Amino acid sequence: MAGPDSKPVITAPAFRDYPSIPALQPGATEGVRCYVANEKIQEALGFPGKLADNWQETHDKAIGRMGELLDKYRSLRVYMDACVHCGSCTDKCHYFIGTGDPKNMPVARQDLMRSVYRRYFTPAGKLFPNLVGARDLTREVLDEWYTYYWQCSECRRCSVFCPYGIDTAEITMAGREILDHVGYGQKYSNEIIGKVHKIGNNLGLPGPALIDTLTGLEEDVKEETGCDVRYPVDEQGAEVLLVTPSADFFAEPHIESTIGYGKVFHAAGISWTFSSKASEAGNFGMFIGNYDQLRKIALRVREAALELGVKRIVVGECGHAWRVAYAFWNTLAGIGAGANDPFAVELQKQLDPRYKQPTHICELTWDLIQQGRLKFDKSANDHRRITFHDSCNVARASRMGDYPGGQFDIPRNIIKAVANNFVDMAPETIHEKTFCCGGGGGVLTDELLDIRVKGALPRMEALKRVVDDHDVNFMATICAICKAQFTKVLPYYGYKSGMVGGVHQLVSTAIQLGNEQ
Amino acid sequence: MAIEVNGKSYETDEEGYLVNLNDWNEDVGAELAKTESVTMTEQHWEVVNFLRDYYNEFQIAPAVRVLTKAIGKKLGPEKGNSQYLYELFPYGPAKQACKIAGLPKPTGCI
Repeated sequence: MAGPDSKPVITAPAFRDYPSIPALQPGATEGVRCYVANEKIQEALGFPGKLADNWQETHDKAIGRMGELLDKYRSLRVYMDACVHCGSCTDKCHYFIGTGDPKNMPVARQDLMRSVYRRYFTPAGKLFPNLVGARDLTREVLDEWYTYYWQCSECRRCSVFCPYGIDTAEITMAGREILDHVGYGQKYSNEIIGKVHKIGNNLGLPGPALIDTLTGLEEDVKEETGCDVRYPVDEQGAEVLLVTPSADFFAEPHIESTIGYGKVFHAAGISWTFSSKASEAGNFGMFIGNYDQLRKIALRVREAALELGVKRIVVGECGHAWRVAYAFWNTLAGIGAGANDPFAVELQKQLDPRYKQPTHICELTWDLIQQGRLKFDKSANDHRRITFHDSCNVARASRMGDYPGGQFDIPRNIIKAVANNFVDMAPETIHEKTFCCGGGGGVLTDELLDIRVKGALPRMEALKRVVDDHDVNFMATICAICKAQFTKVLPYYGYKSGMVGGVHQLVSTAIQLGNEQ
Repeated sequence: MAIEVNGKSYETDEEGYLVNLNDWNEDVGAELAKTESVTMTEQHWEVVNFLRDYYNEFQIAPAVRVLTKAIGKKLGPEKGNSQYLYELFPYGPAKQACKIAGLPKPTGCI
């Protein structure tokens, strides 16, 4: 099953009869490491190109940065201090479940940093390090950070079960930020961020290629439906700016949802546009815990919105982009109240007063459905028996609609409005307890395929149950990473790649466009 | 990392992708295919050449859909689907065919 460049051969763990805690396998994934960013990639983002030749310099820089982060983020200091090692989180991480490596227990991942924190930032650790589990920051410790902070998808499932609400993702982000700060960055994420700044999106898809691809889509949809559905780019004065992950222009099944977005706008008669400048919703600045990158990437969206004069900003099917849009765009870029610099104020004046905050594409579609502005032939989806995978960042770090839990209901409501056969997976694997796809948070890279396959185990077990009991043959999701990850790992568990797709792919199948020409 | 072709050495990255686009020629492509355990046929070369032409025009590999459509137009509708491409390049037309064509690896959520 494994491809030629995945050596040694990667296999999926066996399905378990009951979800039990795995037997510990110390060191099981200590050798699974992603590629380190080269100097060119690092320096393009303003990070040191590589580790300093002398260890003391790296050590001092790392501890210095850690001190700055502890001062800046009060939460980080609380997370370092608050853990009582109660064990609630231990078996809640999909990577621990899939690999058995005890360092993938959330508490152990936190302790990689906590032990260093105690040594340098607490009186007891400074005086009696051995008594309080404190340790010096050594090269070996730094390497361990790199290995295990890049085996975390920042999905925050563990934090749901922590009685103190300790957020391992935030510790992972701090760890990655310190690593970047000393010249020890990850190739996958940092190369992608560089492309966003240089070309406009994670893929490196330049404007002309974007237009060529979308023109092709218009032809295809015309052929399929007879309707002139448009996929416009940089259309001045459009009402809506749609910002979506660049994978939605490029990959399968992502592009099927893109087709769906266009059909929804067409059917509702809403003018809209993509932007070649902000041709990416994703924001990997969050994955690496770097505020400056997070902000710089977010500002492209504001610039595009101001230039195009749009009234409303809508975000496509991308999990972490929605977290960034929902939770951070307000203060980062003035999309939503919060920022008060002149450009943010100008944008707030420009936006439709009803939509000063970003809208999720699912919120937009569900609103239109409730208003009776979209018509569907549900039987067009009758060949599908559908379940829904909640994406971690949407489920645990954002909301949709105007009530708690809207982010769980709205995508499901849409599916039920466009298809006849829907069934949920087991309750302990959905909503806020959803399992990560195994590829989120910057680990969606080929050299980490081993942990990606293993980390998918709990989701695959939940899927298997609905496949066996209800003949489910389609798992819908609203995240580009989830789609890419499942496409890759489903075959390792004996399922077809094509089983995963987007919610707007289902919308696209059933929507009635009429023959209005 | 590097590969040897006809006594000459060509630099590749950690994942075996050619570092310099201009280093590519058919012999280099054939050697890259060997590292992927792909036996090149006329059909494989058709895809690889299309990728290179598209890249020259747009500085990016084509979207999977653009590729399948172009192949379908050129070689007939029965070949204009991703299944045909996966038969030729089992590890995925985007990444594996790009590597053989000497193009950079597509990145992002794909």
